[in-house]
Amino acid sequence: MASGHEHVLPGTHAVAGHGASAHDDHAHHNPNLQHHFYSMEQQLEASTFGMWVFLVTEIMFFGGMFMVYILYRHLYPDAWMHGSNHLDVTLGALNTGVLICSSLTMVLAVRAAQVSSRKGQIVNLILTILFGATFLVVKYFEYAEKFHHNLVPGPHFNAPTAEFPAGIITDPTHDPLHQQLFFSIYFMLTGVHAAHMIVGIGIMLVILAMAIRGKFDASYYTPVEVSGLYWHFVDVVWIFLFPLLYLLGAHVSAAHGG
Amino acid sequence: MSSTPTVQSSSYLDAPYGVAAWLLTKDHKRIAMLYLISITIFFAVGGAFAAGIRLELLTPKGDLWTDDMYNKLFTLHGVVMIFFFLIPSIPAVLGNFLLPIMIGTKDLAFPRINLLSWYIYIAGATITLAAVFSGGLDTGWTFYTPYSSAASQTAVSTAAIGVFVTGFSSILTGLNFIVTVHRMRAPGMTWFRLPLFVWAQYATSLVMILGTPVIAITILLVFAERALHLGFFDPNRGGDPVLFQHLFWFYSHPAVYIMILPGMGVMSELVAAVSRKQVFGYSFVAFSSLAIAILGFLVWGHHLFVSSQSIYAGLVFSIITMLVAVPSAVKTFNWAATMYKGSVTWESPTYWVIGFMGLFTIGGLTGLFLATMGLDIHLTDTYFVVAHFHYIMVGGAIMAYMGGLHFWWPKMTGKMYSEAGAKASAILVFVGFNLTFFPQFVLGYMGMPRRYHAYPEEWQVLNVLSSAGASVLALGYLLPAFYFTYSIFKGAKAPANPWGAKGLEWTIPSPPPTFNFDEDPVVTEPAYNYKPGREVHVG
Amino acid sequence: MSSAHITPVRTYVATFVALLILTAITYLVALRDFGVLNTPIALAVAFLKASLVVIFFMGLRHNTPLTKVTAIAGFFWLLILFGITLSDYATRGWLGVPGR
Repeated sequence: MASGHEHVLPGTHAVAGHGASAHDDHAHHNPNLQHHFYSMEQQLEASTFGMWVFLVTEIMFFGGMFMVYILYRHLYPDAWMHGSNHLDVTLGALNTGVLICSSLTMVLAVRAAQVSSRKGQIVNLILTILFGATFLVVKYFEYAEKFHHNLVPGPHFNAPTAEFPAGIITDPTHDPLHQQLFFSIYFMLTGVHAAHMIVGIGIMLVILAMAIRGKFDASYYTPVEVSGLYWHFVDVVWIFLFPLLYLLGAHVSAAHGG
Repeated sequence: MSSTPTVQSSSYLDAPYGVAAWLLTKDHKRIAMLYLISITIFFAVGGAFAAGIRLELLTPKGDLWTDDMYNKLFTLHGVVMIFFFLIPSIPAVLGNFLLPIMIGTKDLAFPRINLLSWYIYIAGATITLAAVFSGGLDTGWTFYTPYSSAASQTAVSTAAIGVFVTGFSSILTGLNFIVTVHRMRAPGMTWFRLPLFVWAQYATSLVMILGTPVIAITILLVFAERALHLGFFDPNRGGDPVLFQHLFWFYSHPAVYIMILPGMGVMSELVAAVSRKQVFGYSFVAFSSLAIAILGFLVWGHHLFVSSQSIYAGLVFSIITMLVAVPSAVKTFNWAATMYKGSVTWESPTYWVIGFMGLFTIGGLTGLFLATMGLDIHLTDTYFVVAHFHYIMVGGAIMAYMGGLHFWWPKMTGKMYSEAGAKASAILVFVGFNLTFFPQFVLGYMGMPRRYHAYPEEWQVLNVLSSAGASVLALGYLLPAFYFTYSIFKGAKAPANPWGAKGLEWTIPSPPPTFNFDEDPVVTEPAYNYKPGREVHVG
Repeated sequence: MSSAHITPVRTYVATFVALLILTAITYLVALRDFGVLNTPIALAVAFLKASLVVIFFMGLRHNTPLTKVTAIAGFFWLLILFGITLSDYATRGWLGVPGR
């Protein structure tokens, strides 16, 4: 065993060469391999695993807000139902569709990198960004309407407007006091989600710039894959937000004609 | 490969040279040193707040500070010590430095994220300091609502953002450690050949990942309630302050395991080294780390015993809290069993080991008093609680941190420190600590509430003892600043293995070269293999 | 990259269509009053949609067992937060002690 070698550690033996693995020879020449990894495969796998660990933290992060939602929905079901009725289900459903489309284009962008299609990456990344931006624009209109109707929690909640001189919530059985809680958690959940979307779009712009410069191909597409995971996760959060926020009282409003 | 002995090539400290090379480093060892400097500064800041507290408590009247000022002092003492010293301490300094070396690799899985975590720490610390200087914080480190989200007139929003930001430093460190331990162990380094320090860091990282995000969102909710008029915990809008407590303690109880588990990891290493013996019941100690991490998530309600939480839930929390003491006890027994019939020498690390074991045991046992619901009614929010957690956090975690800092100082800096100074420091800390905090058990039992700066005259003697102890403790902590600094400039050059210990870190030079190993090690023996052939090989 | 699984485009498109259909279903179900079942149905559909995204779009089915365990652990830990916190509120008054 490498006797006489100055750096043999008792209980170990030294391995010649830069990396411990015999295969993946070409990895030595791939400029995208970071020095502490011994193969492109290990780098991709570690990065994917690392992103999933990060997504677990995101699950717990959003989870705290879901906890608030769940408790208060349990305690104040009327406020929750009637609060939900103020939300525009059509816009919510549209946004759900938009995000699902963006998830498709995102995964196609990753796939394009996997098959070394530069054009495929660019087209799909641009589409993903556009879908994401559409989502945010719709969100802006939704928020604007809430401000307009004084449904934003705080001193002006349910204050009179031109359209609703007695405030938008007049029926005491609709629990206006606790509807403030509903709207607080609505703004918090969708606001934090939107912040994640903005960050996601920022990341996609960076990935797009790198894709245009031809940085990704079948031998190296880790950043696209890992960013895609983040993007899909933001979609998954919305998949839960949509029914929990928008569809709660839909059967009530549908029965009463809206 | 060439077998010429390497001349003392440059270590991670020398090359590359320059401030930019340090501030933009990706080397886990340099990042560890950056953290060392930062957290030491915050230890001093937190200590200054403590001095303010103990000075006030010398006399029964609240005459040194106003009520508001005193509230700010104990709040900021807690916030700074917990978030800016204890939580990062062992993981970010010793963990960052040692983890890759102990598993036989060149760096952590994500070196740039490691550097980012330090910058996030600095950002969070800066924001929190801004809060200190722009109104302070008087809510208690626990930020209970609705006082924090509505009534307090201090810089709560700023402090909340500061704590929020700092949490991500913790998350990124934990993420890095988990991926590294799973994916980057050297060939032959199976899970059951890992040093127990690595097991402890891994378990800690699980807690960081699963718990920290919850306090992040909770403190963001407090910020939103305060600054954006949203309503979550505001009773005027039907909100429930107890919900805040549930969310807060869901993280903050596991957080105490973030603070102690790494210390236990250090203990395992030091005990084996000073006893020159394999850790007794290695696999039990390893699994205990995981058990503490997991069980630690199921006990948070013991902070809510008197909060109107249901008694039934309280019962369950109480029982599980008793259970979580078991793995900690297992570890303590196993360390003692390791030392039994070992070749124990009285070097400075040994002092810290003995100190830890005694003080952690007392702290842990007093936890059982508090876990008992009936007793807790009497003891909650008294100095008994304060003494309990200081025995664990200071008597346990900080002693372990100091022990580890001493033990690995020669490796990290390449210099030997003064043994006499170190022993004196350990003794001063032990004596000072007990003098400070043991009287507080008595005070708490007699009913002195925490967070009050005035108290009945008959408790003055105990309070004076406590404050006197605090000054001895401060001296004990001040000493290392001198002999460690001295060692850097004038200390003897450290050999690769000054303690004669087992472990991959002792096989490379002190200080190590930038990429740790000249050639990738392949591991063929179990951890702590002091007597080859005798050990039971596990796993 | 020997281990890259290149999923065919049609698998992704099929997943996409399924997600849109499930969205339509959840919307239509919400318009009718199924009483206490409305919420479980909505959640079940949401879980199904999320699973499709995780398994097919995020490619979890091709990842290592470790990654799969990690993803599941995240959701499980959330259940701990929800379940134990709610058990406090749900059990208040059970032991007949006033105020608890």
